[in-house]
Amino acid sequence: MTVLTRAVAPAALPRSAGHGPAAARRRRTAVVAYLFSLPFIASFAIFMVFPLISSLGMSFTDFRSTDIPTPFAVAFVGLDQYTALFQNEQFVRSMVNTLYFVGVGIPLTMAVALALAVALNGAITRFRTVFRVGFYAPVVTSIVAVAVVWRFILQPDGLLNTLLAAIGITGPDWLGSTAWSMPSMILMAVWRNMGTLMIIFLAGLQGIPQEVVEAAEVDGAGAWQRFVRVTLPMLRPTLLLGAVLLSVGYLQFFEEPFVMTKGGPLDSTLSISYFTFNQFGFGNYGTASAASYVLFVAIALLSIVQFRAFRTKE
Amino acid sequence: MGSATTATAVSERSTRTRKVTSARRRSPSGTVLAYTALTFALVATLIPFAWMFLGSVKTEAELRQRPPTWWPQTFTWDNFAAWFGRLDIGTFFMNSVVVAVFTVLGTLVFCSMVGYALAKLDFPGKRLVFTLVLVTLMVPGVVTFVPLFVVVSKLGMVSTYPALILPFLAGPLGVFLMRQFIQDIPDSLIEAARIDGAGELRIFLRVVMPLCGPALATLAILTFLGSWNNFLWPLVVAQSEDMYTLPVALSLYSVGQNSTNYGVLLAGSVLIITPVLLLFVALQRYFIQGIAATGIK
Repeated sequence: MTVLTRAVAPAALPRSAGHGPAAARRRRTAVVAYLFSLPFIASFAIFMVFPLISSLGMSFTDFRSTDIPTPFAVAFVGLDQYTALFQNEQFVRSMVNTLYFVGVGIPLTMAVALALAVALNGAITRFRTVFRVGFYAPVVTSIVAVAVVWRFILQPDGLLNTLLAAIGITGPDWLGSTAWSMPSMILMAVWRNMGTLMIIFLAGLQGIPQEVVEAAEVDGAGAWQRFVRVTLPMLRPTLLLGAVLLSVGYLQFFEEPFVMTKGGPLDSTLSISYFTFNQFGFGNYGTASAASYVLFVAIALLSIVQFRAFRTKE
Repeated sequence: MGSATTATAVSERSTRTRKVTSARRRSPSGTVLAYTALTFALVATLIPFAWMFLGSVKTEAELRQRPPTWWPQTFTWDNFAAWFGRLDIGTFFMNSVVVAVFTVLGTLVFCSMVGYALAKLDFPGKRLVFTLVLVTLMVPGVVTFVPLFVVVSKLGMVSTYPALILPFLAGPLGVFLMRQFIQDIPDSLIEAARIDGAGELRIFLRVVMPLCGPALATLAILTFLGSWNNFLWPLVVAQSEDMYTLPVALSLYSVGQNSTNYGVLLAGSVLIITPVLLLFVALQRYFIQGIAATGIK
């Protein structure tokens, strides 16, 4: 389309010229394009862009749930919501918890997914589909339903501790202990997310030309060396994609504690998203908006950092 | 399009087979080790499912028994009977289905239309729209949560189907997916139809859409899954019991004195998980192609 329009329109004619068949066609195309975009743009504007902007606006006010009938009567408080947030011990706690979850959860999920992908890609020939379907199955489950099962398994005298007892380990009260509640969340998150990354990594591994690996083998590189020196570097773009996807998801960490621990015990699984949701529940809309923007900035920053870190070595 | 995909898949498979046979020739012990480790990992991954299915048909007394039993000693349907008796599972199930179906249909229509405009038509503001779509891919859900709730209450939509459906038709992911896919359709096909005198709507419906099968399938699956499992937003806007979706019903049932009523809870989990699990096993090829293509769950 673009090519054709350019070919027809005389090169000297300014784009904004409102006469001639080419301009008329361009106008017509634009009208058609707007009609095609209208349904999406309308709902995108109402349900995404407007909330996004008003949330930013709200974070500079003392908006409370009681202000809904008269949204423009609220007081402008500048950065007060943000300064108050960083002095709020519970919010700081929620940031630390989120970092814990992200810092341990992302490397762990990636390592497990990569191990599964490498094993499925190279080491076996049969039942590949069975394994792939099995490892991916947790991804399709509803978090509410899964939470029920996991709470049942993680009870102090539940299945996990029974299995641990069989090999002589006395398991903790997983969800009731401040030390073990977060590892439990991470375990569950790895279980639920490794499938997605495994599929992405599998696709990446299949894109690596076999000749390169074989060349390294001819040169005398061992299996581990081939993996570290050849496969991993060639997988860098895929690993980056996986890391970014996972961080956008994991930084928003919320549903697991919401359905498993209610953020407890003693706020040990309270995340930034969960803190925000609680403030929403208390009617502190201004505070909730400010907290959510802190999270947004964190997600954007981490994504940028990851792109830089992965790119520099190329 | 379909045959090209198959050809790639076949060639990939043969490459892999070749590589693997050489690997096996080198170290049979490595292969045995890989199978053992993978089987162990698979069993560990699937234990929660097994435990859920087995637990849902055990009696409450047996569920409290320590140490726990593996196979049910007494087999019972009572836990499911609770959902079909005093809990109105029919309504919850219908709500989940209605919301998921309309979210999928709306997403397919909206996203493919705007995806076509962004990929193949020229219009002022195109770049702005696409940039906004890319930016909102990174926006955490909680950012829009509060104002979204205000918008929905202002529109008087609390506890209605539109409140459960409309906000999800604005998903940036679908637009991104469709735009990328349609961009790969050769311009010459569209130009040929245009020269033959076809109108834009006709081109879209008769030329572009029939070529979008794989992308539409992926988008439909991802959207259905997201809608079926969606829980936080429905929990907040479905405030009357006749509007509850399955996850909302289960999560509201599982608080307070029922929170350790594991028989009924596990039966509820089975009822939520089984439909998507069956769908997944039946369509696993499309699920996995879609994930690999978009890189997004």
